[in-house]
Amino acid sequence: MRQRKTVPGSLPPRERELRQIFLREVEVVPGGDRLSRCLQCGTCSGSCPVSYAMDLSPRAVIALFRAGLIEEILHSRSIWICASCYMCTTRCPQQIKITDLLYALKRVAMEKGLYPDRFPVYLISKNFVRLIGRYGRNHELMLVVRFYLKHKPLELVRLLPLGLAMFRRGRLMLLPKRIRGVAAIRRMIEASEALELPREEAPVQYVPGSVGYRAVGALPERAV
Amino acid sequence: MEYLYFPGCSLEGAGRQYDESLRAVFRALGLGLKELEDWNCCGATIYMSVDEATSLAVSARNLAIAGRDGGRDLVAPCSACYTVLLKTNRFLRESPELREKVDRLLGEAGLAYHLDVRVRHPLDVLVNDVGIQTIASAATRRFDGLRLAPYYGCQIVRPERGFDHSEFPEAMDKLFGALGAEPVYFPVKTRCCGGMLMTTFPEVALDLVRELLVCATENGAECILTTCPMCQVNLEAYQDRVNKKFGTSFAIPVLFFTQLLGLALGCEEKALGLQRNLIPLKLRAAA
Ligand code: SF4
Ligand code: SF4
Repeated sequence: MRQRKTVPGSLPPRERELRQIFLREVEVVPGGDRLSRCLQCGTCSGSCPVSYAMDLSPRAVIALFRAGLIEEILHSRSIWICASCYMCTTRCPQQIKITDLLYALKRVAMEKGLYPDRFPVYLISKNFVRLIGRYGRNHELMLVVRFYLKHKPLELVRLLPLGLAMFRRGRLMLLPKRIRGVAAIRRMIEASEALELPREEAPVQYVPGSVGYRAVGALPERAV
Repeated sequence: MEYLYFPGCSLEGAGRQYDESLRAVFRALGLGLKELEDWNCCGATIYMSVDEATSLAVSARNLAIAGRDGGRDLVAPCSACYTVLLKTNRFLRESPELREKVDRLLGEAGLAYHLDVRVRHPLDVLVNDVGIQTIASAATRRFDGLRLAPYYGCQIVRPERGFDHSEFPEAMDKLFGALGAEPVYFPVKTRCCGGMLMTTFPEVALDLVRELLVCATENGAECILTTCPMCQVNLEAYQDRVNKKFGTSFAIPVLFFTQLLGLALGCEEKALGLQRNLIPLKLRAAA
């Protein structure tokens, strides 16, 4: 991990910007404000079936966030390896919505474009959203083929026998179905984008004040 | 009792036999199942990583249609759909701010959110509305001695505290136990199958699938029962890849729980889509 000099009580501008986006994303998650109650017990990491493949465990993600190192988190692959199985969330003794927080971090990374080139999860998400806007439903074949074409074309050759086996059994829909309400869905998506205007002030009530860098930057201290 | 039905995108493709067998089982039990009109994709686990308000609105469109059509119970068999719809419902109930925002978006589609729609998983409906006793007495066939691994996957019991225990659920164990089958010791019954990781990080997902297969076979299971189209594909279609990667020789059938249940209720194999499974189930002579 890169070492950075930070004066307690202040945050580099970049960190402040990312933090604001994150707090905005997390604000709408019911129970998202419990983040500050993390005990660093590690139950989440120990329960996670994929933490062995993460460079930062779920517990470490929370620790880094509180230490003001959001960018380190966004550069890790941990948030993308999370399979959203909710085991950590179920077991956390402080009822922290870890899975939802990881979703919020993914949204920050997407918004700021902080992920490697031709990054698998980003590609798939983008295609998925495009499919929904176009047909109203997902189409497995199109989603997967497009993804592999861009990401690792050779994989398609390897998957061909499986695709054929599924096709022979009628389990591969060749063409997508378009629902009647697709225009309405597109209107909803557009209207939603219009609503997403950046806000003037960051919501302050979720800033953890009890650990590490207190009274982060311009943000006031959190009442305990 | 009549239920509204949200099949979800997977049940039109790779999970087609789940759709067929679910309809067959409901028919056999005399339950109404009416497909939701012009339903759209729930957003799955992916949309949530892109934009929250939009993903909630897209998913809420289904709840709004269900409410408009007077439905109270919306049956969602795919674990991902079930969780997403349930979560949308809870978020909108708990957060007036979100509800207002989403309602405004739904207005663009000429719809409005209804508070009283309930999202249900078919396993919950079968075990809790119909009841295990009723099902057992309607059964025309038993599976005495069939050793099976009931796999619930991660999402139907989490994160929303729902109809069963979030780590050691027993609904399927009890249901099939009442039909004579023997659920094996299967402590990984709610461990993750890898989900979308099979496409994005296959090395990780193959590890997870292997662990599940090892646990099922070493404890003597003859087949695995699933409740989710994603789990079914990962566990069944990728057995070959697991075998190649780890030098194993797994060939264990992976069925949707409704397929086996349909057999018990006397449905035709074809109506249950059994011919669509890649690894066929070979049952010993029926008792
Ligand atoms: S389980 Fe909860 S309290 Fe424990 S380290 Fe993880 S987030 Fe913190
Ligand atoms: S939800 Fe994600 S971080 Fe939590 S246990 Fe599952 S895979 Fe790990």
